[in-house]
Amino acid sequence: MRKEFAAWMETYALENQDVIFLTGDLGFMALENVQAAMGTRFVNAGVSEQNMISLAAGMAQQGLKPFCYSIAPFIVFRPAEQIRLDVGLHNMNVKIVGNGGGYGYGIMGATHHALEDLAVLSSFPNLRCFVPYSNEDVKSVCQAMSAYAGSAYLRLGFGAAPVGVDAAQAYAPVRRLTAGHAVTVVGIGPVLLNALAACSALNLSADVFAISELPVSDWGTALAESAARTHKVLVVEEHVQRGGLGEHVAHWLLTRGVHVKWAHAFARGYPNQRYGSQAYHQQLSGLDAESLQAVLRELTHG
Amino acid sequence: MENSNLSQIRRECATTILGLYHRAHAGHIGPSLSCLEILIDLHFKRMRPEDVCILSKGHAAVGLYTVLAKSGRLDPQELDTYYKDGTRLAAHPPCSREIPAIPFGTGSLGHGLSLAAGIAFSQRYTGRSFQVYCVLSDGDCNEGSTWEAALFAGHHALTNLTVVVDANGLQGFGATCDVCGLEPLEEKWRSFGFEVQVAKHGNVFADLDAAHQAAACAAQKSNRPQCIIARTIKGHGVSYMENKMEWHYLPMSETQYQQAVQETEAHA
Repeated sequence: MRKEFAAWMETYALENQDVIFLTGDLGFMALENVQAAMGTRFVNAGVSEQNMISLAAGMAQQGLKPFCYSIAPFIVFRPAEQIRLDVGLHNMNVKIVGNGGGYGYGIMGATHHALEDLAVLSSFPNLRCFVPYSNEDVKSVCQAMSAYAGSAYLRLGFGAAPVGVDAAQAYAPVRRLTAGHAVTVVGIGPVLLNALAACSALNLSADVFAISELPVSDWGTALAESAARTHKVLVVEEHVQRGGLGEHVAHWLLTRGVHVKWAHAFARGYPNQRYGSQAYHQQLSGLDAESLQAVLRELTHG
Repeated sequence: MENSNLSQIRRECATTILGLYHRAHAGHIGPSLSCLEILIDLHFKRMRPEDVCILSKGHAAVGLYTVLAKSGRLDPQELDTYYKDGTRLAAHPPCSREIPAIPFGTGSLGHGLSLAAGIAFSQRYTGRSFQVYCVLSDGDCNEGSTWEAALFAGHHALTNLTVVVDANGLQGFGATCDVCGLEPLEEKWRSFGFEVQVAKHGNVFADLDAAHQAAACAAQKSNRPQCIIARTIKGHGVSYMENKMEWHYLPMSETQYQQAVQETEAHA
């Protein structure tokens, strides 16, 4: 998604001269086009994420539109207080971009994974977290995020284009990707593509929803109606169980009085203290397509 | 403004500050009195209307509120709401962006210099021209983020940024030299690319003025950000508070309050 983001950023920055791009010394083989297009508006702030975030808040206070970029774990956790106080509490128009959410950086190891970012940031005042589910989805999510003149986080991952899904669908925080009647599947980020693949392999009539924003600013009615109809919900996220999409969906359904048979596939950390590719970690957490097939079989036939 | 006038303002501000703390039965008196001259110097003598001040040591909020009120930047009547339920003026500056003279709420140390650097750096893109002042404490200088910001300010030659370190030698739970020594502080800031001047008596207006003038003059030639190290006295002007760490926290008794007011009004 980084390539798609860089392409969108280049255009957006050329159209908006008040946009400043700050990077925490990352972006090799990815952001060169943004750097070339933006000139002096592209600033390498060095490996100092805390300073970069507050610096951006100061720039936003002056009416500029700063974007802060690093890999997801570095841009979220080190400067968490700066995000909470200087950006969130002041509702500054600062966009925070984290690449490689979840297990995205695979074999780089645990220090490079971001499994709790959405829990942390979605709980902060005024912070809206945006998460595209595929490469093709990056542009519309970025457009939605940039249209919001407040504090936001963009979690980028690695996702191919799903088959049989309308990639040109207009942005909404809750979007139906495929319609079905047997089960409701709700996911955030590209791990949702594993769920789509699982449904396809099972030839399952699944009502699949992509959630692209936490907290969800507008739930619409389709998801609750779907859950009330199927009475079976699977939530999929490459994020820890606590504070992620599962809790948001469960709370929403409970407040709507919708009771369902529930399954939740989430990141389980490092259960064997071994490291590998993103696919390896997804498998250990039961987030790969094959594991999700088993979950769906149990949910629909159990 | 003449230093004698500033001294009169100082007396009035200190009396107001003591009254606010006493009525609220609140602490943080020492930090407010430590940087009072720094804040008066900035708001009455140095800052133009377009200039910005970030109080990184947010625990000296009462000092800031009082100086803003006395200098016409805050309704003086609002001071009466300090520390009360429903106030905008809590023990640390508000994050609500409602008071233009307080662009950022502070209170957790180590944020102010990055915020100030961001505001100063913005001028490269907005074309505006004004000076950004940032008041730091000893504790602020413990924070890694302060030094990240110092690196950035030095590297980018933010000549429109002036740091004033309220170096009173005390911090949250001990003397700075015992907790985590900062010396040689002057050399540290200089090595980070700042034009550094020391106000040997940081509670004396003439010393502050001389340091600011010398730093500004040098920075014009060197294109460096400025740093004034003000060697101050925590609890300055109240004999039993001076250089006492406990006056970071303690509220005054009635007797202590009366003595503090007397000493303040007699202060030269």
